[in-house]
Amino acid sequence: MKRFSLLSARAGATFMSPAGLLVGAFVIVPFFWVIFVSFTNRSLLGPTALNPDFVWFQNYIELFTSGRGVEPGTFGFSLILTVQFVLFSALIGQALLGLLLAWLLQQVPKSVKGFTETMVIGAWILPEVVIGFAWFAFLDYDNGTLNGILDALGLPRGDWLLDYPFWVIVVFNTWRGTAFSMMLFNSAFASIPPSYFQAADVAGASSWQKFRDIGLPLIRGHVVTDLILITMWTFNVFTPFLLTRGGPGGQTEVLSIYTYRVAFRDFDFGKGAAVGVVVMLINLAFALFYLWVARKRTPRKEAT
Amino acid sequence: MGRFAHLHFSRVGFTALTALIGAIFALPLVWFLFAPFNPRAELGLAIPRPFSFSNFGTVLENDFAIRALLNSLIQSVGGVVCVAFAATLASYALSRSSLPGKGAVTYVLLLFSSVVSGSAAMVPIFLMISRVGLIDTHLAVIFVFAGGLLPTAMFILRDFIDGIPRSYEESAMVAGASPTQAFFDVALPVIRPGVVVVVVWAFVNIWGSFLIPFILLRSAEKMPASVAIYSFYSEAGTPIVTLLAAYALLYSIPVVVLYLFVSWKFGFRFFGGIKA
Amino acid sequence: MKWKSVLLALAVATPAAAQDLTISCRCVSDGVNSALADWIKESVIPDFEAANEGVTVSLSEFAGGDEQLTQQLALDFSTGAGADIAGFDGFLIPNFVEAGLLKPLEELVGPQVNDWEGWEHISDGSRALMSYDGGTFGIALGTDVRMIFVRADLLEEAGIDPASFQPNSWEELLDAARQIKEAMPDSHPLQLNAGVPMGEATTMQGYWMAILGTGESIVDEEGRYIVESQGILDVLNLYKTIYVDEELGDARAQQLGDGRNRTFANFRDGTTAMLVEGDWFYRSVTAPGSEFEVADRDEVMTWAKMPAMEPGAGWNGQDYVTISGGTGWVVNPNTDDPELAWELLSFMNSKEQIDEFQTFQPRISIRDDVEVPNEPFLTETSGALLPLTTARPNDSNYNAVSAEIQRMTEAVVSGQMSPEEAMARYKEAVTEIVGEENTVSLM
Repeated sequence: MKRFSLLSARAGATFMSPAGLLVGAFVIVPFFWVIFVSFTNRSLLGPTALNPDFVWFQNYIELFTSGRGVEPGTFGFSLILTVQFVLFSALIGQALLGLLLAWLLQQVPKSVKGFTETMVIGAWILPEVVIGFAWFAFLDYDNGTLNGILDALGLPRGDWLLDYPFWVIVVFNTWRGTAFSMMLFNSAFASIPPSYFQAADVAGASSWQKFRDIGLPLIRGHVVTDLILITMWTFNVFTPFLLTRGGPGGQTEVLSIYTYRVAFRDFDFGKGAAVGVVVMLINLAFALFYLWVARKRTPRKEAT
Repeated sequence: MGRFAHLHFSRVGFTALTALIGAIFALPLVWFLFAPFNPRAELGLAIPRPFSFSNFGTVLENDFAIRALLNSLIQSVGGVVCVAFAATLASYALSRSSLPGKGAVTYVLLLFSSVVSGSAAMVPIFLMISRVGLIDTHLAVIFVFAGGLLPTAMFILRDFIDGIPRSYEESAMVAGASPTQAFFDVALPVIRPGVVVVVVWAFVNIWGSFLIPFILLRSAEKMPASVAIYSFYSEAGTPIVTLLAAYALLYSIPVVVLYLFVSWKFGFRFFGGIKA
Repeated sequence: MKWKSVLLALAVATPAAAQDLTISCRCVSDGVNSALADWIKESVIPDFEAANEGVTVSLSEFAGGDEQLTQQLALDFSTGAGADIAGFDGFLIPNFVEAGLLKPLEELVGPQVNDWEGWEHISDGSRALMSYDGGTFGIALGTDVRMIFVRADLLEEAGIDPASFQPNSWEELLDAARQIKEAMPDSHPLQLNAGVPMGEATTMQGYWMAILGTGESIVDEEGRYIVESQGILDVLNLYKTIYVDEELGDARAQQLGDGRNRTFANFRDGTTAMLVEGDWFYRSVTAPGSEFEVADRDEVMTWAKMPAMEPGAGWNGQDYVTISGGTGWVVNPNTDDPELAWELLSFMNSKEQIDEFQTFQPRISIRDDVEVPNEPFLTETSGALLPLTTARPNDSNYNAVSAEIQRMTEAVVSGQMSPEEAMARYKEAVTEIVGEENTVSLM
C-alpha cells in the first residue's frame, strides 16, 4: 500500500525548530558543560572556581572509592539507598497505586471519583514549602494527626521521623507523586475506544479480566513511559529534604540530597556534576530494562 | 442472577476502596485545611477556635506577595504555552518523520534534561541569559523553564502520537486535506489527552519551582510566589506558620482551578470526533 | 589612542546627572531581618540621598535560603552584575576571595579607604570579620556573642538560686541540669546544639562552645585542622552524657528537620531550662511579639557564661568561653563607581547611621562609640563576653569541615556511634577534604 508522506521535510523542520532552539540552548549546551565540568575540579567558590584543573576521571574514582565504605554520608550509601527508594516509592508505590487508581476511577460514581482524584492531585500540586509543614503536622510525635488517629484506634504511637525515616520518605514520595501516574494512565485508558470494553461487557468479562486482557496490553507503551519518567524523577527528587534533611544520621540522604550537599554546601561542582552523570547512566540502564521487559512480553508488535 | 450480584458487589467494593485511598491521601492535608483559618496555628493539628480570616487579611496586605501570585501566573502560563506549543509540533514531526534513530531522540534528550536539572547547570544557563541581556525578565524564566521541560513533554506526547494510527491522517489526506490540515483537524484532537497531561504537569512544575526564578530575576516586582512565600518568615528567620498556611492556600488555588478546568473542559469528551 | 578611549569610557561611566546605587541583603520588611530592611529604607537611603544630590539608592530585599543566596551572589559577582553593596556573611569571604570574586577595598577604591574615621572605632578583631589574607573587603554590621540562656523560674523550682547561678565547670553545669531533671522528670534541662539539620548553628552554638572549653580549637596555631585529640573526645563525651546517658537534653530536637524551632519552643514552654544560643536568641527569637516570645521575659529569663571544662582549662587559659561571628557588607568589585559605593558603605557605618540602627533593633555594634541604648541585657552580656571571644578560622575549607563536625556530633547524640568511632570517622572525612598535610593529631 502506498504510504503518504504525512509531513514534508520542510514542514517537519519548521515543526521542530521552536523546540530545537529552546532545548538546544537550555538543555544541550548545559549538558555538555556539565559533562566537561565533571572532569574538572571546578567549584562555585574558592581557588578552583577561577582556575579549575582538568582532573580526568578523578571525581568519578573518588565517588566509588571512598575510604569510608558505604556508610551514611558516602556516595555508595546514597546510591544503594536511592535504588531502594526508587523501587519502593516509584515502582511499587507510585506506578502500581497510580495504575490501580486509574482503573478504579473508570468505574466508580462521579462523586467518589471527584473526591479521590482531587485529593491525589492535591498532594501533587501543593507548593513544597507547605507540604513540608503539612507533613510535620501529620507525623509530629506529640500532636500529630497520625498519632492522634492511632490513639483513637487504640494502636501504639510511633516516632516516625526518627525511628522509620526511610519508610517515611517512601510513603511521602508515593503520596506526593502518585498523581502523575494516575493522570497518565487515566488519559491512556481514556484513549482506548469504549467499544472494546463494551464488547467485553457483553461477553461477561469481570473487571480484572478486562484490565488484564484489554486495558493493560493497550497501554503498555504508556506504562513504560511512566516507569521511565518516575524512575528518573525519583532519582532526582529533592522533596524528602523537607522532611528529614537527609537525617537522622544520614539515613535518608538520597542522591539528590547528596548532590546538593556536595555542589551547594561544599561548592564542589566537579563532583556534583559527576554524580549527575552517574545517575544518568543508571537511569539509562533502568530504561533499557523496562523496554526489554515490555518487548519480551509482546511476541509481536501490533501494526500501526 | 449470581453474576449480577457479584458485579454489584465488586462495584461497591471498588467504590469503597477508591474512597478509602482518597481519604488516606487527604489525611496529611487535614492540617492545611485548618491552619489558614487559625490565628494561632502551630504544627500540631488544632481545630481553629474561633474560625478566622485574619491570616488572610494580613497576607492580602503584603503587596509583594500578592503581586508575586500574578508573576507566577505570567511565568507559568507563558512557560506552559511555550512547552505545549513547541512540544506538540516537535513530537508530531518526530513521530511522523522517517528520520533514522528518531525513537532514541526524545529519550536521549530526556536523559540530558535530567542531568541538567539535577546539578550545577545553573551556571551556564545564567551566563547565557546574562550574555543576551535577559537577566531580570519574565522572558528569561519562561524560556529556561520551557527548555528544561520540553524533553519530558516531548517524551510524553510522542508516546501518545505514536499510539494514533497513521491511517487517521492518511484517510483525511485521501479526502483532500493538506498535511497541515490533517495535523490540526485530525491529529490534534486525538492527542489532546496527552497535551492535557503535559499542560498540567508543566504548570505544576513552574508554579512550584524556586531556584530558576530566584537565580534569573533580581527585582522584587518580578519574583513569583515560590520566592515570595519566604517573606512570611519572622525577623528571626523562622516560619510564621499562620501566614504561610494562608498564603499557601491562595498560592494553591490557581493550580487546583487549572486542573479542574482542564479536566472538565478536555478530560471527558475525548471520543466526540472519532470512533475507531 | 588607547588613553582617549579610556577617558571616553570614564566620561560615559560617570554621567554628571543621576546615579544609581543598589544595596542588597537577606532582609524583607515584615519578614526576615525586617529591622535591617527598615533601617536602610527609612534612614540610610533618605539621608544619603539628601547628602548626595543626584544619587538614587535602592534596596533589593530578598528572602530565601543561605545556599541559594550564596549561589546568586557568586553568579552575580562573576558576571559583573549584582548590587553595589551586598549584605554578606563574613565566613564566606575566604571562599569568594579565592574565587577572585572580591577585591580589597584599598585596591578597588583607593588608599582613601584607610582614612575613614570609623576604623579608629572598630577593633582589629571586628575588622577581621570582613577580612582575609591581609585585605579588608567590607565592614561588619555587628557582631554577636554566645552564652547559656537560663530560665530563672525553673532553676528556682529546682532549688537553685538563679541570681547567683554561674557554673564554673562542665560538671557544675551538668549537676544543675541533673538537679532540675530530678525536680521535673519530664523536662529537658540542658540543650547544647548538635546534628546536621541545624547546620552552622550546631557548630557555632554547640561544638565551638564546648571545644573552646577544653582549651583546644578546631585548628591549631598553624591553621591545621585538629582531627584527633582528647579535647574532641571530651566534647563528644559531654554530648553523650547530655543526650544519651542521662537524657538531660532533648535528643530528638537535635535530629529532626525542624529541630531548632523545637528547642526554641521548649525554652518558651519551660521544658528547657538552659539553652546555649547566640544573643540573637534574645534580640529576635524571644523578643516580644515573636512566635517564641517568652512570657514575662525580664523576670524569667537570665543568662550565664559558658564555663570551660575546668576553671582555667578553656581556650587561652580562660575560665569561660564564647565565640563570635558577624555579617556585614562588601562592595561589589564590578560596581560602576567604586568611590561612590564606598562613600555609601562608610556612610552606612557612620556613627549617626549606626546610632539610628539601634532604634530599629538594638544589637552589639562593632563601633566602640555606639552605645546599645536601653538594653541592659545586651550591654551586660557584650561587656562580659566580648573580651573573652574568638572567631572562626578564616579558611575556605571551614565550611566543609563544619559540616563534618555536624555529622560527628549527630552520630553521638543519636547513639549510633561511640565518641571514639565518631572521631575516627571525622578524621577520615576531614583528611579527605583538606588533605593529610593540613591536619594534625594531638593524641
